Amino acid sequence: MVPMEYYLVVSTIMMFVGMYGFFTRRNLLAMLISVELILNSVDINFVVFNRYLFPEQLEGFFFAMFAIGVSAAETAVAIAIIINIYRNIRNIQVKNLNEMKN
Amino acid sequence: MTLNLIVFFILAVFICVCSVLSVTTSRILRAATYLLFVLFGTAGIYFQLNYSFLGAVQLLIYAGGITVLYVFSILLTSSQGDKAEKLKNSKMLAGLISTLAGLAICLIVMLKNKFLPSHFESGELDVRAIGHALMGAGKYQYILPFEVISILLLACIVGGILIARKR
Repeated sequence: MVPMEYYLVVSTIMMFVGMYGFFTRRNLLAMLISVELILNSVDINFVVFNRYLFPEQLEGFFFAMFAIGVSAAETAVAIAIIINIYRNIRNIQVKNLNEMKN
Repeated sequence: MTLNLIVFFILAVFICVCSVLSVTTSRILRAATYLLFVLFGTAGIYFQLNYSFLGAVQLLIYAGGITVLYVFSILLTSSQGDKAEKLKNSKMLAGLISTLAGLAICLIVMLKNKFLPSHFESGELDVRAIGHALMGAGKYQYILPFEVISILLLACIVGGILIARKR
């Protein structure tokens, strides 16, 4: 059996890689991809804690499942907003977004 | 070195390399592809933990649905030779340093922490148990979040159509 900390190390690395992407990318879709990485790492944490620490209950399991559903909804709405922005300013770079306010 | 551990290390290296590539590659379509690989690796971890139902959900919703949505929106919003613009070196370095500092702090705190004694029970989780827990209204049963998330998905459909429709 694999020790629990190994999984947690993987998910921590994934979370901070996502944060690095969120800090350094300047494209709205690339930033959204980084957010997906962060959400995914948290899902791994929930499932691993459930499996190793409380295997007789299913809280982490269901929390991970609902988090997957919520992130699907979030992605759909965010992509709708991004397509709307593209329609307005023909561009999805962050530095051009202040053209939206007037 | 058991087979379980070898499979885990392969998955871990795969996930780490693909996630780093997905935030550092300059072409955004490649970033989406590497994200797909990361999601596959995560599903592999769920399968390894004997949660095959969650792994199947991950494959269906994330790898099947969300990635397709990303690819379509990337094809809609970016032209052919579109590359990420170069960020200033100082900003890149600041992001890298703050990320590495946060990673180091989190790893130290996590590895020094004494968790509850872990007891791994191998064996598949019964789908009947999942269904009963998802649809029951008692203690440790989840009918209320199930209904709430269905309302959320409905609101998200309506909102997506309202925002993205042509005027």
